[in-house]
Amino acid sequence: MAGVFNLAAFKRIAAAALLAGGLAGLLLTAVQRIQVIPILLQAEVYEDAASAHAHAAMEDAHHHDADAWKPENGWERTFYTAVANVSLAIGFALLLSAAMAVRGGTNGWRSGLLWGLAGYTVFFIAPALGLPPQVPGAEAAPLADRQLWWLMAVLGASAGLALLVFARSGMVKILGAALLVAPHLIGAPQPPLHTSAAPVELAHAFIYASAIANAAFWLALGSFTGFFYQKMA
Amino acid sequence: MSSLPGLLDHAAVQPRSTVWKDKILPALLAGGLGLVLLYASGFAESTLLHNAAHDGRHSASFPCH
Repeated sequence: MAGVFNLAAFKRIAAAALLAGGLAGLLLTAVQRIQVIPILLQAEVYEDAASAHAHAAMEDAHHHDADAWKPENGWERTFYTAVANVSLAIGFALLLSAAMAVRGGTNGWRSGLLWGLAGYTVFFIAPALGLPPQVPGAEAAPLADRQLWWLMAVLGASAGLALLVFARSGMVKILGAALLVAPHLIGAPQPPLHTSAAPVELAHAFIYASAIANAAFWLALGSFTGFFYQKMA
Repeated sequence: MSSLPGLLDHAAVQPRSTVWKDKILPALLAGGLGLVLLYASGFAESTLLHNAAHDGRHSASFPCH
């Protein structure tokens, strides 16, 4: 194994990602708890009221199995959100530290901050331009279509941004810019009619709150990953 | 690699075999693990995972139900 694979290099990437992801995931949970979750809970009141009305008329098309387990509101729900956030954060941090390892030459948290900015652009801004964060109970296009477009937006933005930043030749940079905008020219799948159980002010407040929480999260994740990756050298 | 000048400049100064061993393979393995984690917490359709990760998915702008 040691002959074909540098285990120490992998351990360095993984250790930096675990530490940075753990910390940034907890930070995200705290920020969300303060400004995102209250909006989400408010929206759920509208959603529950609307689905109670609709339930008599048709089957629950919402994948919200009423009988399925879900965490109780309060500490239990916060706990599972924290677990989900930390595993998302470690996943993202693994991608960031792997990219740092391939590129080499990071100078700790400063270049990490730039990687975090890139992550925010690729994984939040790019998909959210077409599919803004939605409060529960809002009408949307079929899930599979949205997931496919989300993936396209993220792949286009990551490849496009990498070419724009790292490529030397002008032609390749232009290709990068094209990849960056292509998913948005194609356009995200939209529902036939934009309706929402929650008032539109609440939906807008949710978009801003999510954008701020994710910005804080990505900048923290990037600088922590850069910091720990350098420390582990 | 040479078709994308600039992208792998740092890597290109080392002989090819050590670049694979020291950089590319460890990074691929770590990145692959990262994708598995992201899939499980952000995309997997299991109701159990969905309900546990619900609030995180909504605020991370993942397409959710």
